[in-house]
Amino acid sequence: MTEKIVSMKNISKTFGSVKALSNVNLDLYKGEVHSLLGENGAGKSTLMNILSGIYVPDEGSLSIRGKKVRLRSPKDSIDLGIGMIHQHFKLVDVLTAKENIVAGYNKGVFVKGKELTEKIKATSVKYGLEIDPDKKVYNMSVAEKQRVEILKVLYRGADVLILDEPTAVLTPQETEGLFDIIRNMAKEGCAVVIITHKLNEVMEISDKVTILRKGQSIKTLIKNETNVNELTEEMVGEAIDLSIKRVPLGSRKKVMEIKNMTVLHGDRTKAVDNINFDLYSGEILGVAGIAGSGQKELCDALAGLEKIHSGDVLYQGESIRGKKPGDIIKMGITMSFVPEDRLGMGLVASMDIVDNVLLKEYQKYHGVMLHKKTSKEKAMTIVEQLNVSTPGINNYPVRMLSGGNIQKILLGREIAADPSVMITAYPSRGLDIASSMLVYDLLNKQKQKDVAVLYIGEDLDVLMQLSDRILVLYNGMITGIVDAKATTREQLGLLMSGVVEETDENSQKR
Amino acid sequence: MISFLHATVQAGTALLLATLGEIITQKVGHLNLGVEGMMLMGAVMGFMVGFNTANPIMAILTAAIAGATGALIYAFLTVTLKANQEVTGLTLTTFGAGFATFVGDKLVGFKLPGEINHFFRQISLPVLADIPVIGEMFFNQNIYVYMSYAIVVLLGILLYKTNIGLNLRMIGENAGAADASGINVLKYKYGFIMLGGALCGLGGGYLSLVYVPVWQEGITAGMGWIAVALVIFSLWNPYRAIGGAYFFGGLSIIGFRLQKYSLPISIYFLDMLPYLATIVVLIFMSLKKSKENKPPNELSRAYFREER
Amino acid sequence: MRIAKRDELTGNKATYVRIIAILAALLFSGIFLLITGENPLEIYISMIDGALGSGYRLTETINIAIPLLVASLGMMMAYKMKFWNIGAEGQIFMGAFGATFFALYFNTLPRPLLLILMAIGAMVMGGIWLLIPAYFKGKFGTNETLFTLMMNYVAIKWVTYLQYSMWKDPNSMGFPRIANFEENALLPKLFGVHIGWLIALVLVVFVYIYMTRTKTGYELAVIGESENTARYAGISIKSTMFKTMLIGGGIVGLTGMIQVSGISGTLSVELTGGMGYTAVITTWLSGLNAPAAAVVCFLFALLEQGGSYIQTAFQISASVAQILQSIILFFVLGSEFFIRYKFVRDKKIKEVLK
Repeated sequence: MTEKIVSMKNISKTFGSVKALSNVNLDLYKGEVHSLLGENGAGKSTLMNILSGIYVPDEGSLSIRGKKVRLRSPKDSIDLGIGMIHQHFKLVDVLTAKENIVAGYNKGVFVKGKELTEKIKATSVKYGLEIDPDKKVYNMSVAEKQRVEILKVLYRGADVLILDEPTAVLTPQETEGLFDIIRNMAKEGCAVVIITHKLNEVMEISDKVTILRKGQSIKTLIKNETNVNELTEEMVGEAIDLSIKRVPLGSRKKVMEIKNMTVLHGDRTKAVDNINFDLYSGEILGVAGIAGSGQKELCDALAGLEKIHSGDVLYQGESIRGKKPGDIIKMGITMSFVPEDRLGMGLVASMDIVDNVLLKEYQKYHGVMLHKKTSKEKAMTIVEQLNVSTPGINNYPVRMLSGGNIQKILLGREIAADPSVMITAYPSRGLDIASSMLVYDLLNKQKQKDVAVLYIGEDLDVLMQLSDRILVLYNGMITGIVDAKATTREQLGLLMSGVVEETDENSQKR
Repeated sequence: MISFLHATVQAGTALLLATLGEIITQKVGHLNLGVEGMMLMGAVMGFMVGFNTANPIMAILTAAIAGATGALIYAFLTVTLKANQEVTGLTLTTFGAGFATFVGDKLVGFKLPGEINHFFRQISLPVLADIPVIGEMFFNQNIYVYMSYAIVVLLGILLYKTNIGLNLRMIGENAGAADASGINVLKYKYGFIMLGGALCGLGGGYLSLVYVPVWQEGITAGMGWIAVALVIFSLWNPYRAIGGAYFFGGLSIIGFRLQKYSLPISIYFLDMLPYLATIVVLIFMSLKKSKENKPPNELSRAYFREER
Repeated sequence: MRIAKRDELTGNKATYVRIIAILAALLFSGIFLLITGENPLEIYISMIDGALGSGYRLTETINIAIPLLVASLGMMMAYKMKFWNIGAEGQIFMGAFGATFFALYFNTLPRPLLLILMAIGAMVMGGIWLLIPAYFKGKFGTNETLFTLMMNYVAIKWVTYLQYSMWKDPNSMGFPRIANFEENALLPKLFGVHIGWLIALVLVVFVYIYMTRTKTGYELAVIGESENTARYAGISIKSTMFKTMLIGGGIVGLTGMIQVSGISGTLSVELTGGMGYTAVITTWLSGLNAPAAAVVCFLFALLEQGGSYIQTAFQISASVAQILQSIILFFVLGSEFFIRYKFVRDKKIKEVLK
């Protein structure tokens, strides 16, 4: 019987008027990999933030190695051997890896450079974590930064490790690498907690699974005694069919042609490198790739928000290169863009629903003054049709709405503009399963209306089920355009890592 | 010419101290526009204690404490109560000015006791003062000036070579990261904002105890604002602050000296030079988009751990 | 006990918190005054009396409020776009310069025409002075707070130059000054106060409508929130920014014209008395709402005029008003905390509303 290291009992936590956790229980044992599974918004991160000392619970108790403790700050948690690797890295760009690792856990007055480098190298070799201690963080890749984060907690002698959605930013191959490291750590006697919503990863790496739903702990299961279906059911609360029905293709007329397009970063390096592809009406073209492969710049360029350095983009034969969004709108092109940064780009957080719908409407009227009547009507329609839960369409800022409702407004507004091309980036990110399925349904409906849909996503399963073709980006280049029905996760993973295949479609690129 | 250089150092010392103070404050993520106010508080309190006790050490300490007290008000409002930093700093300036006038009204026209003047007399450092040009300029000064040299070096070491300095810098760049690493963000912010205030107070004390040295309303003459500019000019680096402070100090007294020569440029335009120079630096900095030489990331942001 | 975020208080509740803060500040200062041997109630009452007690005093209060309000209205527009500039001081001086130019060199024109020219001159100069830092912010992302701070100094030095050198009145012995304006360069009075008050009220309405009911006002708000959203919606950031800075800076510049033409009758470096910086505070306090700015500026003017009055009536240093003003501000600044956060007891959730 292995030793119980952490015991969380009856934990409750409220933010403002939202009850994030109620009466949650969790036990962690030495040498065990424990997955914390749940939808977006179920309370997983909140629970772990409590364990790592960032949040203080409103009710409940916490025991570490048999002793009851009260954690008042991250430092208390670190002192007790708990280390958390956050989803959004807590690193300082302008400092080196060494400095990031050592800050806050340094003895003595002066920074002992050489000594630290030695110690860090030793730890990194032990667990198989390759890094250069003197490299500045702003020069590092995402996987490298993650390794620095892991080293940070190991350096402080952590034997309880919490990883928050660690694979969100990794390719399938890099994920395997991470899993090796996790298995190493468990062998060395650490208790490892992985926060995730990815079922297949849970089945691969964990020993135990605890499911959270809407802030409550539902069940703790032993991996070997359960399966994906049972997990899904517990996560959502009902048997839900997670499969997305593919609808038949539309007219498949060529709507947009992207020819040899190159887009540059701010520092003049290539974000999108000489890509070629076409968009057809009534088809969903999925875009896969690890974060930072150029998806954002591709979207921005097509929407007219980013300058096209070379190459061209044709809409029904007419070039839209160099046109600003305003011009594109004036040309009669209805391109709806649902950006990934909803509140930062698609919606105005502090304005109410009507004013947000107004964003697409207000230029249609002449004169200096605003006319809100049509927007009010459209807003009401959107709220009704998409079942948006809100106290009102007026005077209630959209940032107060839940993630799912915000996305509904954004999509609803874009769809109401009656587009012929729809570009969406990560539209279901941060949404619970029910809302996500609604989003995919809406995209399918657009496809049935013969709209050309470009869908950028991170969930390979969704991409494979929703799209008709999948375009894979790596380092700004297209490594392959494949048939969604015929491809496999392995093939996509390889393409995402930059392994280019010789196929008919991407020999155009040469 | 040498006497001009010598005077430049003297003219720039108050500015240097205030700039160092604001550099520290900004390094920990806070923009304190109350420099002028803290300088005035330090000036008046330092003068008052010096006048009443004839004890120069007490006077210097008081100036520092007065500045730190002003900074404490700012710290409480912006760190604990998370108030708007720009407006709080501006209010501190108004408060400091009013406070200084209120206290200083009774001290106008009075002279400091001889002991104080004697303590701050010019002292030649042996050997160092014999170096041509530099010796006269830097090493034939008074104790307050020597103190400012020491502070520059100490701050430089603190920021870049000590663990505390590393933690400080982390807070100013990513307070969340610092907190998650176990650093007590609140303690550091309070501590260093107050240290910054103490240095500003010392700057003011220099004016009333050594440079002028009487108390007069408006003794700082906007120097606090120049310090804010200098912080950028020196790219948040204490060593670079010296160059900037003496440069500006020199510019401020050059007008008077150049009156002897009839120049084609009006001295009033020379007065504009420091500010125009800072504008150029500002533009240049934003052009370069350097990853290293930019304002601390957290500047003007309040930190709340449970921010969702 | 610890701190937790609360659902933001809005509207009336928030105003109550601020009023309580002001009262707490008065109480706090009152204790202070008692210690220095004064009667706080007596002082407060006579401050109000000194500001409103007679026609003359009311006029003085209004005279202080007018430029503060006009400057705040101008700054409010830039602030809506999140352009945190503190350049009012410089814009006022440059506006005053623009107006003075016409006053000095075109003083033979009929009064209405001259005044209009002066106003235009002031608005153009004020607009330019704000556009310069705005251009650099837009193009290179240059920090506007620090840029405009420097521009303030350049403006002051420029006016110093004018006063001491180029436009120095040959008749001024000893103390350099610029000549007084002729009658036809001065603002006429209406109801005993120069018509700046009428201009201010008109501007309140204009700015309010501009910011809440026009397309540009809407675009302003969107840009202030997210530039990306604005661009995506087809809003031309350059064009909106240009319009806004020109109008906003122009209004602040107009303040300069009102001051030289309605109050001082000439241009000097003492023109603003730091009013530009006070305007930053009043703009922030007004929550970027035009009618609220009118109230805030009037209250500020009341404090200042009242402080000026008790200086003579009670032989108290004028700095007392400054100290009182800053203490009130500190309390109001601190009270924002209670609007956004609350205290929570561990184990039991206990809401403390203050």
